[in-house]
Amino acid sequence: MSAAAIPVEQIKTITMSIYRYDPTVDEKPYMQDLVVEIPTDKDIMVLDALHLAKQQEPSLSYRRSCREGVCGSDGMNINGKNGLACVTPLSEVLKRNKITLRPMPGLPVVRDLIVDMKQFFDQLEKVKPYLITKSDSPDIERKQTPEDREELDGLYECILCGCCSTSCPSFWWNPDKFLGPAALLQSWRFIADTRDEATEERLDDLEDAFSLYRCHGIMNCVSVCPKGLNPTEAISNIRNKLLTREKN
Amino acid sequence: MLVNEVINAKDLPVMEFDGIIVGGGGAGMRASLQLAESGLNTAVISKVFPTRSHTVSAQGGITCAIQSDDPDDDWRWHMFDTVKGSDYIGDQEAIEYMCSEGPKAVFELEHMGLPFSRTEEGRIYQRPFGGQSKDYGKGGQATRTCAAADRTGHSLLHTLYQANLKAGTNFLNEWFAVDLVLNTDDAVVGVIAFKIETGEIYYIKSKATVLATGGAGRIYSSTTNALINSGDGIGMALRAGMPVQDIEMWQFHPTGIHGAGTLVTEGCRGEGGYLLNKDGERFMERYAPNAKDLASRDVVARSMALEILEGRGCGPNADHIFLRLDHLGPEVVHKRLPGITELSKTFAGVDPAVQPIPVVPTCHYMMGGIPTNINGQVISVENGEDKIVDGLFAAGEVACVSVHGGNRLGGNSLLDLVVFGRAAGLYIEESMKQGVEMKNASVDDIDKALERLNKLNASTQGEQVSILKEKMQQNMQNNFGVFRRGDLMEKGIEELSHTRDEVDNMFLQDKSATFNTARIEALEMQNLFEVAEATAITANERKESRGAHARDDHPERDDDNWLKHSIYYAETKEVSKRDVNYRPKTVQAFQPMVRSY
Repeated sequence: MSAAAIPVEQIKTITMSIYRYDPTVDEKPYMQDLVVEIPTDKDIMVLDALHLAKQQEPSLSYRRSCREGVCGSDGMNINGKNGLACVTPLSEVLKRNKITLRPMPGLPVVRDLIVDMKQFFDQLEKVKPYLITKSDSPDIERKQTPEDREELDGLYECILCGCCSTSCPSFWWNPDKFLGPAALLQSWRFIADTRDEATEERLDDLEDAFSLYRCHGIMNCVSVCPKGLNPTEAISNIRNKLLTREKN
Repeated sequence: MLVNEVINAKDLPVMEFDGIIVGGGGAGMRASLQLAESGLNTAVISKVFPTRSHTVSAQGGITCAIQSDDPDDDWRWHMFDTVKGSDYIGDQEAIEYMCSEGPKAVFELEHMGLPFSRTEEGRIYQRPFGGQSKDYGKGGQATRTCAAADRTGHSLLHTLYQANLKAGTNFLNEWFAVDLVLNTDDAVVGVIAFKIETGEIYYIKSKATVLATGGAGRIYSSTTNALINSGDGIGMALRAGMPVQDIEMWQFHPTGIHGAGTLVTEGCRGEGGYLLNKDGERFMERYAPNAKDLASRDVVARSMALEILEGRGCGPNADHIFLRLDHLGPEVVHKRLPGITELSKTFAGVDPAVQPIPVVPTCHYMMGGIPTNINGQVISVENGEDKIVDGLFAAGEVACVSVHGGNRLGGNSLLDLVVFGRAAGLYIEESMKQGVEMKNASVDDIDKALERLNKLNASTQGEQVSILKEKMQQNMQNNFGVFRRGDLMEKGIEELSHTRDEVDNMFLQDKSATFNTARIEALEMQNLFEVAEATAITANERKESRGAHARDDHPERDDDNWLKHSIYYAETKEVSKRDVNYRPKTVQAFQPMVRSY
């Protein structure tokens, strides 16, 4: 979609205030106000507006891929709240014809709206985010009841966008020690899977002062998750599991 | 050395691997898993973090005769359906291999942890999909598509990423592969690639290079494809002098959300949904009396397009069709199709448990691609003879092995990518055991692979990428869509030839080395353009209607002249023919029949 293709009467202008920083060119980050023409005959997503902005300012950088909320590329801070640009309707976030976009907080900025996700993925890898089995695999699939499979609903759908962990104050303070909501949700996804045979070692790995217990139940993760998942609940499930284990 | 400097081969740092896989989607990560588990030094080069690859968007499932829903199901019936679906230009040896090896590949995924939905017996849940039958078309609708709700692709991709983490695969995430390095013996000896974040550029040398770069649906303006689907592997192969096969065959998925283009799975119809025109008529009953809404995708897409063309479309502009699901009840809709519910609300503003979804046929899948054998080895055609390209492999959507022929069945793409990603991995593993030597490239060979990048960096004027992309997409949409016509295609080809000069000489304004998405988009545009041009020229050359290729001026299938693959080379822009494989190993070949559903 280009602005040129839209009839004049169906255009309005908005201001997009966007965090800009290219370390090879800029001494320090700055906010750039771009006046962008958008169509009025239909609602567009924040990502569509970014594409229009990039047509005037080709150096503007952000990640994007599926544009339908399943790949997790375009997590960013939209008017102060983390979300996915591709599934956030512009109409919902436009205030006085203006929108402010910044990179997700808490991680180093690579350029413009792009953050370095290394810390986020390092924490994910610590929870061994894969099925661990010790028994031999059958010739066909491992059996699992529909009820047992249902335990994974609300967990397996995570898209690793990083919106939750980068909105979590505990993760901001200790990004190397506290695993963060996304990684802990994945940890529970495997503990909760009846096919997984490594619950004890998974719990052992979490039993220190930081990995899990730095969650203070602030629940920013829940309020920003674009998939409607609940990492806080997953974290409390792990806590309960640890507690009952101690009792036994 | 940085990507925005003048890059000379002699100064270029080198990385070395046994095997490299370009692309971190389902096919790439299935291949890399095989190699990493066998202890080979393997790297995946992916321009996005692997779980952002387009496999993530696959919804409905992976079709395979695992005998869960029906204990008597037979992979040969699946093979029959796939051959028929291909309109008889799918290679039968490859289809036989896919359908018979499929169960093994699917069970492996389950063992890795893929969270399939389950039956009461605890087995993998299967749903009906289009073009499926029992007993070689004689036993009615089959139920053969294995599903994880309507998020099968997401589940599959994440599972493969997890398994690769476990296996210790090297990931070069957010690295962009520019071009293949070919030595003077015509062997592929790696790629030129750069790290997007910093711009550091390398010659990545390998004994085996696997292209698993997926599709190129972004040649059209309306597509279900991710923005990253730019046919990078096709561009690289064509520039390196390899051919593409059946590239004119593009699938238009019946149900893309009107306006947004996002996919609504065929599984909706598998679960009992159906299509309606403005009169509230279930029109598919007229076009496909037996299979109705579960006819093959090409058939359903054409029927929908005809309804719209003949004035029976829905909405104020009569430009779409309704997909009705509300009669299934909120229980089924929310449990079996939770992702669709979410997408419909976001992109169409409707809750499918209450209101119909406005849909329209939308570009979805590239049946054609780089020709390979069942081991994933790339084939070039010289004087009518197949010749294996040394060191180069392809798997998944970028490849044309060919299991989809003129039309792919729903659920067969996920099966294709795991079966043939795995097959390429197995073959490379075995050949490395036998001993494969690392071949060298000369400075000249590497410089040749750097030409494109250096030219773009040196550009001081020219057209903007976004303008060229829109021009190409409109052209493809208008002239090479669901219905095609010789005169329009010739006009389209003429327009493309003008765009070609502009694409070769476009302007990259932003020369930064740091996460420069403008440079990526420019390089992607050149790849897309190679695909568009190949599609256009080949489509005009195939003077018949077969599978997804429907010509108003040649409405009949022409088996006398076109029961053939098309082969296209970018260098000559010429189209030749290649025999279709009718030599399955364990069953009798299925002979062409009239195709009705």
